[in-house]
Amino acid sequence: MATYLEFIQQNEERDGVRFSWNVWPSSRLEATRMVVPLACLLTPLKERPDLPPVQYEPVLCSRPTCKAILNPLCQVDYRAKLWACNFCFQRNQFPPAYAGISEVNQPAELMPQFSTIEYVIQRGPQSPLIFLYVVDTCLEDDDLQALKESLQMSLSLLPPDALVGLITFGRMVQVHELSCEGISKSYVFRGTKDLTAKQIQDMLGLTKPAMSMQQARPAQPQEHPFVSSRFLQPVHKIDMNLTDLLGELQKDPWPVTQGKRPLRSTGVALSIAVGLLEGTFPNTGARIMLFTGGPPTQGPGMVVGDELKVPIRSWHDIEKDNARFMKKATKHYEMLANRAATNGHCIDIYACALDQTGLLEMKCCTNLTGGYMVMGDSFNTFLFKQTFQRIFSKDFNGDFRMAFGATLEVKTSRELKIAGAIGPCVSLNVKGPCVSENELGVGGTSQWKICGLDPTSTVGIYFEVVNQHNAPIPQGGRGAIQFVTHYQHSSTQRRIRVTTIARNWADAQSQLKHIEAAFDQEAAAVLMARLGVFRAESEEGPDVLRWLDRQLIRLCQKFGQYNKEDPTSFRLSDSFSLYPQFMFHLRRSPFLQVFNNSPDESSYYRHHFARQDLTQSLIMIQPILYSYSFHGPPEPVLLDSSSILADRILLMDTFFQIVIYLGETIAQWRKAGYQDMPEYENFKHLLQAPLDDAQEILQARFPMPRYINTEHGGSQARFLLSKVNPSQTHNSLYAWGQETGAPILTDDVSLQVFMDHLKKLAVSSAS
Amino acid sequence: MSQQGYVATPPYSQSQSGMGLPPPHYGHYGDPSHAGPAPGVMKPAGPLGAAAPGGMLPQGPPPPGPHQFGQNGAHAQGHPPQRFPGPPPVNNVAPSYSPYASAAQSAYPSPASTSSIAQLGGQLNAMQISTGGSGMAPPGQGPPGPLSAPSFPGPPRPPQPAILQPGSQVLPPPPTALNGPGAPPLPPPAHRQDGFPGPAPPNAQFQPPPLPGQSLGTGYAPQPANYGAQMPGAQLSYPGGFPGGPAQMAGPPPPQKKLDPDSIPSPIQVIENDRATRGGQVYVTSTRGQVPPLVTTDCVVQDQGNASPRYIRCTTYCFPCTSDMAKQAQIPLAAVIMPFATIPSNETPLYLVNHGETGPVRCNRCKAYMCPFMQFMEGGRRYQCGFCSCVNDVPPFYFQHLDHVGRRLDHYEKPELSLGSYEYVATLDYCRKNKPPNPPAFIFMIDVSYSNIKNGLVKLICEELKTVLEKLPKEEQQESSAIRVGFITYNKVLHFFNVKSNLAQPQMMVVTDVGEVFVPLLDGFLVNYQESQSVIHNLLDQIPEMFADSNENETVFAPVVQAGMEALKAADCPGKLFIFHSSLPTAEAPGKLKNRDDKKLLNTDKEKILFQPQSSVYDSLAKECVAHGCCVTLFLFPSQYVDVASLGLVPQLTGGTLYKYNNFQIHLDSRQFLNDLRNDIEKQIGFDAIMRVRTSTGFRATDFFGGIFMNNTTDVEMAAIDCEKAVTVEFKHDDKLGEDSGALIQCAVLYTTISGQRRLRIHNLGLNCSSQLADLYKSCETDALVNFFAKSAFKAVLHQPLKVIREILVNQTAHMLACYRKNCASPSAASQLILPDSMKVLPVYVNCLLKNCVLLSRPEVSIDERAYQRQLVMTMGVADTQLFFYPQLLPIHTVDVSSTALPAAVRCSESRLSEEGLFLLADGLHMFLWLGASSPAELIQGIFNVPSLAHVNTEMTSLPEVGNPYSQTLRTIMSIIQQKRPYSMKLVIVKQREQPEMVFRQFLVEDKGLHGGSSYVDFLCCVHKEICQLLN
Repeated sequence: MATYLEFIQQNEERDGVRFSWNVWPSSRLEATRMVVPLACLLTPLKERPDLPPVQYEPVLCSRPTCKAILNPLCQVDYRAKLWACNFCFQRNQFPPAYAGISEVNQPAELMPQFSTIEYVIQRGPQSPLIFLYVVDTCLEDDDLQALKESLQMSLSLLPPDALVGLITFGRMVQVHELSCEGISKSYVFRGTKDLTAKQIQDMLGLTKPAMSMQQARPAQPQEHPFVSSRFLQPVHKIDMNLTDLLGELQKDPWPVTQGKRPLRSTGVALSIAVGLLEGTFPNTGARIMLFTGGPPTQGPGMVVGDELKVPIRSWHDIEKDNARFMKKATKHYEMLANRAATNGHCIDIYACALDQTGLLEMKCCTNLTGGYMVMGDSFNTFLFKQTFQRIFSKDFNGDFRMAFGATLEVKTSRELKIAGAIGPCVSLNVKGPCVSENELGVGGTSQWKICGLDPTSTVGIYFEVVNQHNAPIPQGGRGAIQFVTHYQHSSTQRRIRVTTIARNWADAQSQLKHIEAAFDQEAAAVLMARLGVFRAESEEGPDVLRWLDRQLIRLCQKFGQYNKEDPTSFRLSDSFSLYPQFMFHLRRSPFLQVFNNSPDESSYYRHHFARQDLTQSLIMIQPILYSYSFHGPPEPVLLDSSSILADRILLMDTFFQIVIYLGETIAQWRKAGYQDMPEYENFKHLLQAPLDDAQEILQARFPMPRYINTEHGGSQARFLLSKVNPSQTHNSLYAWGQETGAPILTDDVSLQVFMDHLKKLAVSSAS
Repeated sequence: MSQQGYVATPPYSQSQSGMGLPPPHYGHYGDPSHAGPAPGVMKPAGPLGAAAPGGMLPQGPPPPGPHQFGQNGAHAQGHPPQRFPGPPPVNNVAPSYSPYASAAQSAYPSPASTSSIAQLGGQLNAMQISTGGSGMAPPGQGPPGPLSAPSFPGPPRPPQPAILQPGSQVLPPPPTALNGPGAPPLPPPAHRQDGFPGPAPPNAQFQPPPLPGQSLGTGYAPQPANYGAQMPGAQLSYPGGFPGGPAQMAGPPPPQKKLDPDSIPSPIQVIENDRATRGGQVYVTSTRGQVPPLVTTDCVVQDQGNASPRYIRCTTYCFPCTSDMAKQAQIPLAAVIMPFATIPSNETPLYLVNHGETGPVRCNRCKAYMCPFMQFMEGGRRYQCGFCSCVNDVPPFYFQHLDHVGRRLDHYEKPELSLGSYEYVATLDYCRKNKPPNPPAFIFMIDVSYSNIKNGLVKLICEELKTVLEKLPKEEQQESSAIRVGFITYNKVLHFFNVKSNLAQPQMMVVTDVGEVFVPLLDGFLVNYQESQSVIHNLLDQIPEMFADSNENETVFAPVVQAGMEALKAADCPGKLFIFHSSLPTAEAPGKLKNRDDKKLLNTDKEKILFQPQSSVYDSLAKECVAHGCCVTLFLFPSQYVDVASLGLVPQLTGGTLYKYNNFQIHLDSRQFLNDLRNDIEKQIGFDAIMRVRTSTGFRATDFFGGIFMNNTTDVEMAAIDCEKAVTVEFKHDDKLGEDSGALIQCAVLYTTISGQRRLRIHNLGLNCSSQLADLYKSCETDALVNFFAKSAFKAVLHQPLKVIREILVNQTAHMLACYRKNCASPSAASQLILPDSMKVLPVYVNCLLKNCVLLSRPEVSIDERAYQRQLVMTMGVADTQLFFYPQLLPIHTVDVSSTALPAAVRCSESRLSEEGLFLLADGLHMFLWLGASSPAELIQGIFNVPSLAHVNTEMTSLPEVGNPYSQTLRTIMSIIQQKRPYSMKLVIVKQREQPEMVFRQFLVEDKGLHGGSSYVDFLCCVHKEICQLLN
């Protein structure tokens, strides 16, 4: 059914939405039996070059509990100038401005192609974007130099009227005053003392102007709020100052004795950054950018002590409950993240160090506020520099690809309720009639705050069908959902993007085929994976895997065609065929497996998994493998050990890494230098082809993947070997003499074994 | 003893006991010369001789009354000339005396004088008179008249010899007797009241008389020192010796007649006499127990085995052998030590001994350092410690053969064997953490609150720092100072500055967390001035502007000190904080203070609270500072109450200095402040010091006063000690002292030099011991006594009501004198006031002390000022206390403009002023130029360059430079006076009969105070009454 695929693709392109089911089972019971919940991946700010925003405000349903926005699905009575809300069926009068509408003169929001539409709100003050750099100075000289250059460079990329601030930290935390002449001033804080927001604001003198204004000159007009902060100044005014200031930044001068880590007050620095913005620009889009080169080693939020002989916690320590600072630190950063989120500020973390930097504890800062998390080995790498630069990239309109302080609101028609969301968001705790009591992800609310958004940020939203089994298929046969995203555009405008979608209801008993055919296995895989990863954050790994397995088995039982107790008879329809494979790779992915990953790496991977769009998520679950050879044009090949052949070049994209792997023969040829001989120019081209393709991926990807160029037998080849399906292992070398690939030294089961097992379980009547 | 009184509680009880025991002494006062008990006499001569010339105001009558002192003095004071080596043990008296006396008599032309001697004390005269023999009039009575009048006509008049006569007669006898025995036919040491029997200068003596005549005009005191022979035997216990007993009335029926002020012992006279006899000479310290010249006397000290009196002065140079004796006499046994005293350029600076890695040689048992008191034996292989008697092996590297008298052959090559004072290079064992110290740092911390900016103070400081930083102290051989500097400004938050040399502009780091202050930077805070000069100048230029529009009024204080201390701690170096502060720290922070200037507490038992710090924060802060070698010097610019008692605690305990400029005004006060600042930065100083005072067996140091901190009972810790700080140490007996071995004191100060070298400075001093009270009294030094009394009383202020303290002081004074009278003086009428020569002026000084605003509240003196003065005195040396309690009053109109010498001072009494005169008064803190109502226009013109007195602007704080001799001379005089004083004195011009004169009057300490405080005469009577009571 190409139609469904097309439908899905069309919907995604227009609305940025992918549903797990595109025909909805009409009752709660049946929906439950579908195993994969009714859910969608929503990319709220999906780039729509063809969608110019409209310069007026949306029309709202007048029912206070509804307030849905007028959309193409609404019934309109052009003569009476009335419209009926398709969610609550309230009949609403059009506002006066709509007096002239008719069937032929419709406002954009009523046209079907504008199921997604963006409004620009003209009211209210326009607040500038705010960038607050929080810079670690406990870095090696090279690193610090590179970081300073990156920061200086970034000044030229910022919008000229954006406000910037600078906080540096090491043993102490310094908040730099940017507007002074002749002398550079900074406020210094002890790195070991946790301060409340109030204290920070008092100490920075942020509360005083207000006080003195009340006392001394009550009559004076309110000063322009932006001028009041000495710490945040428009870029165009102080870029020279700031460039000098950054240039003069010194490595943290406090001596670090042998066997110690430098004392790094990340916790306090972040706390001050949050406090500063909270005091000066609440509810204004702002980005706190934390650059750190190591773990916090003192004060609140410390992750490890300064004794080098005590290593930073590993998964092993965590399992043994041996990570003494973890809980406290996590609590500290969670508190900060929540405060920042409340005020609409997002926090980015750029962590570049060879060892862990405490991302595990700090992850909530980015996860809850929609900030970026970037992990690298050094600030002096292409990876960091490019990634950082890419943050300030612009879209086709010349606007920054970032949005701030967004609120995502979801409205559903009566048969649906909202179970929760998984993504870079926090709950706003808005209860309402359409909020389910069963939570999946962050639930209990119909609104979420997403402080930092970019065009690829994607939220998984889970629903529950509440229609009772014996109730008839709802009137009209369609269920509707409206997504309303209020946000601050990078041009400082307030905007609202509204997406309204509808899907058909179907009776699962009579129309199962329809439902089955409308299954979007990619979306379903990602949505299930998000649920799994969400669970993994709080549950033991094995439990999550068991849960995933059970879900998979149940799905196969429900939708597979088989004879009981006969595994060989098992078949899945096309729309489900890839799903088990996704699950197989998901089980082996770093999102669920912590083995061989540090806690920081796991946090990093999970962070990105929870915010990327469907395509990228799928790559993360099941990396893509291309093969280059003289036998033909580059082709995608199975992610399988059998694809590793001596005369091939492989290009693997795991999202986080781009691996180019030269097969044994190719590697030998290259070593022999054939590529330099004119007569073997085709070999040179062959070598070049994957490089070019990799570049293409590198150009588009954020964050920059780790770029690995390796060959047969190279140590870095492990990145490839750990990903492919181990169809041949040292245990199963039955194909003597056959050139069928490379055995993988692992005890992991191969896809084949997995599938066999799955079939067995699916057809078993016992389970 | 003193302490008993203060420190401990019931002074009474003690004093009583004391009183009971002591034999009566005679007090002489007046010219001790007479008194001169025989023994002294023997040796005497020297001083007198010297004095003779000086004979300025010698009390005319100064008959030779070398009292016992004289005799003792001989030892002590031993003047080169006549030293008699062993003063005959004559202590006792009578015999020795007689000679003098006789001599004196004969010598003195004027019989009168002799007579005067006798009884002297002018006041007493009256008394005697009245007594007719017995009682003196109680001081209370105004009218000495009746009785006295008859007998003595002219007490009031200057020349009173006559009056004295009667007395003298009495006295004479004893002397004569003494003379007989007292071998030396020395001429009576006329001059000295002090009782230096100056042998040689008979002539001189003669001279004196005439002088007196002259002096009469001004009034000279008669110096009747008589002194009777000691009466060892007679010990009468006077149970009733309490102050103010009614008994007195009954007792001595003193005729109270107005005493002639000139007839009572004059400090001026005493000073002049000493100057005359010993001034300009070489004082050699080779002899144990010799009494040095007075602090007011200029002489050259040559170290020959005992520390120079510039370093150590004792209340007495002869300790009593037993504690019973000590209790009996109640003379405090104390030493005032100024380990870093400035040595004039004509004296040899301290030698530096370097034993390399082995470090100083020390006694194994008591750890005393090698010094002249160590006795080598067994051919030089071993030595016996002079302090604990332990016999130690001489370390091999230190071995040296002995000569025929048992002295090491290298005796004169090694400073530690032949000198009283020297320095050792300390080894790593003496350093913190066994690491060589870093050179110290100076941190300048400027209060930039609104008022300081507005009145221009901040600008003034910043400007001045640029100059003064060029003059950071450095070792002689160094090219530039090793001291690093740092800068902090503050109001309610602190601003640290990074002035690293490679910065284009300074960086300011604001620390707002005053609750828990910390140092925000390490590198670049403390810098070498030369290297960072341009950045520092840039900073100093900017500071006044930077805060120009600040309207922050509140300040913090404790966090500022804390910050400085933390900075030094972080830099791992000792150092000094210069804090320029002006207001009560009321901002929310540790050490926040409330205004508690409560007048209602004055004169109540709770008055002491006002002298205590408001919170314990300052105490613990000071403790921490000391622990890290952080000295705090505070410049206060208060315009209202700032609670000096609290703020001043830190500078005091950390060995810093407190400067206070009330209502600072740039145009008037900057000179004073800038001079202080310059001096303070440039002065010699040692950091992170620990002082240990070791003594020979039998006694030990029990109490310490000064800018010190003590964690235990023996180690005196000082964050820093400079050339103006003295530590007063009190000693007590543990056991009997032997007359042969004497009492030895070794004061060792371990410190870090300004270049960061760790050194030990050792001062050794040997004192005599005697079982004769007379010896003890002979060897006393009043100036040191007063220093001790002042410090112990001012320390007691924190814990006891002022009234009690004053009573104890009076008591103890009376007791000391009574003991003398009872045990040492020759028998005489009970009504006679007899003062030991060495304590002749003790009563006047004690009276000055009692009248000091610390001990006696006066409405016009703020509690801050009192706390300030209290604190200053605690670290003062003898010379400073002497001047502070008895200001110098110089008649300017009589100055000979052709000479550079200071004019002769006059006594601090209104009666000495004259309408036609100009007088300059200085007490070390204040300087007044008093202009008589009829000052000669010529002088006014010459000095002020204005036509008449009416045109003189009293606002000025410095004299205009007028190109004529009057102006030049006066300014020279002022600079001479200022020169040796630690504090720059602000000049106040006072016209007679104008309002400001009231302030000036307070400094005329011999007069009755406007708000209480008795006159000298009254006080003397009071003391006399006490004594009589004790004796009875």
